[in-house]
Amino acid sequence: MTQITESPTVGDIVATYRRRSLLRVALVAGAALALFITVLIDVITGPADLSFFRVAHVIFQPGVATPKEDVIIWDLRLPVAIMAVVVGAMLGVAGAEMQTILNNPLADPFTLGLSSAASFGAAVAIVLGWSVLPGIGALFVTVNAFAFAMVASMGLFLFTKLRGVSPEAMILVGIAMLFTFNALLAFLQYGASELQLAQLIFWQLGSLARATWAKVGICVVVLAVVLPYFLSKSWALTALRMGEDKAAALGVNVNGLRLMVLAGVSLLSAVAVSFVGAIAFVGLVGPHIARMIVGEDQRGFLPLSALAGALILSGTSIASKAITPGIVYPIGMITSLIGIPFFVSLILSQRKRHWQ
Amino acid sequence: MTLHAHGLNFAYDRRPILQDVAFAKLRPGQLTALIGPNASGKSTLFRAIAGLVSATGTVTLNDEDLGRLSAKERLSRICFMPQFFAANAALTVFDVVMMAHKNLSGWRVDSEDMDTVAAALHDSQIGHLSDAYISELSGGQAQMVSVTQALIRHSDVYLFDEPTSALDLNHQLRVLGQIRSAIKARQAVGIVALHDLNLAARFADHLLLLRQGRVLAEGPPADILHRPQIAETYGVDIHISKGPKEDLVVHAYPS
Repeated sequence: MTQITESPTVGDIVATYRRRSLLRVALVAGAALALFITVLIDVITGPADLSFFRVAHVIFQPGVATPKEDVIIWDLRLPVAIMAVVVGAMLGVAGAEMQTILNNPLADPFTLGLSSAASFGAAVAIVLGWSVLPGIGALFVTVNAFAFAMVASMGLFLFTKLRGVSPEAMILVGIAMLFTFNALLAFLQYGASELQLAQLIFWQLGSLARATWAKVGICVVVLAVVLPYFLSKSWALTALRMGEDKAAALGVNVNGLRLMVLAGVSLLSAVAVSFVGAIAFVGLVGPHIARMIVGEDQRGFLPLSALAGALILSGTSIASKAITPGIVYPIGMITSLIGIPFFVSLILSQRKRHWQ
Repeated sequence: MTLHAHGLNFAYDRRPILQDVAFAKLRPGQLTALIGPNASGKSTLFRAIAGLVSATGTVTLNDEDLGRLSAKERLSRICFMPQFFAANAALTVFDVVMMAHKNLSGWRVDSEDMDTVAAALHDSQIGHLSDAYISELSGGQAQMVSVTQALIRHSDVYLFDEPTSALDLNHQLRVLGQIRSAIKARQAVGIVALHDLNLAARFADHLLLLRQGRVLAEGPPADILHRPQIAETYGVDIHISKGPKEDLVVHAYPS
């Protein structure tokens, strides 16, 4: 054990903590500012040549817009830009809490097979034409994806309730579901027509282009319900990172907390994935960035995970339009390209002081 | 404040871990050392007292049946420091001691909270670690943080599961001295699980000898350490002598 050589005074210890807390607040505020800037850039980026000032004018004085500008900004660009922020935040929060309750740095909404289930649900709609909610119209692919993701979550939820909620068991069941839904998806792909296959692949690549104000509204409501609940459990979730024993000794109902958080994470993931498709890495990378910057005190970690997820997806939305002018690439392709170098650097930095 | 247990039984997969465990009323300000070989049920007894395992039997605090309290209420009166400390999180020492101080409630951290935590770190002589991540700590440092987390809480009963197992000699004496002083000053009931009988003899007022989930003996160290059950339980030959400060010194030899 390291021999103690110098002992700071109580005042020194408090001053250090105050500095760190201020830095945390400043970093969260900085991330919020950066997000505001990316949203602005996202809104002014696009094939129609609209200047920043014109866009700002149309947003703040809707009366001045031509019908074409009105459609471009209010119906196309703004819903996409806001959707990127909200879905990014949902995936960031879902990933952060998934990693927390499973005590695993590689956990994200995809680890437990939720996105595979959603993809299978979409495939059932596209290839077989079956809808879990007949008469829903054009939304039937989305509704199917959501329903199957929730079925997968419920399966996991019931399993963990019946058989105990050890993180290892949850991950193994999640992986089993991942492979099961992937296999079922392959069956449907094998029997699909070329047109159906193209539709399915496009859905799986993930796109913000399907964003509408109604979808943005649903996502905001879900996030507004789940995030405050998670924030209210900040200390308990922070305690969980010190081990189940320690958390239980501090009075945390570990099993109850895991189940409630799993329910919240499932809802966030299922809604996000069903609206924008399978967007990889946001839920994995967002929390890791937050962890490296502010640590794992959930009071800072959770807001910054949301902001980091939102920043990544907002940046991706800009990149998807800016790479080739006139073409909007599916965002799923781009998030993976951003994610993989980060993922590799993550593995290389494993020797660092905590898993990152 | 007195702690009393009666008829505690607990089995895991039909394997009995605690068998009719009972101990006399443990008095306020009294530090009890829970001794016994590995797998004798010490940690499980702590969990049973804290209500973290569903043992049958009764635990009373000031004649109040703790079984009637909710898990949260029970753990607010009983502070339990578990044996193991998972330490791979990006949390600073200050963060985790603050978490224990806040007792999982209240988002806001005010100046008073900060001063309390800083003073606790200072008293435990780990102030220099306040900004370090717990994942960077040595086993001994992590153990000192754990003890600080326990002592910053205000409870009626303190249960420490092997709080000195990773500490060097100097720190073993200091941490046990700190625990003993806190128990006396707060007039709380304290139980410390220890493997080192010399530390038990020096710091404890009362010994509780556990073997295969049963209490074999309890009483003052001077009485218990001289009993043949100690040597039988540990499977060693034991010789007790007086140290230079009239304290008991336990000499153990393979039998």
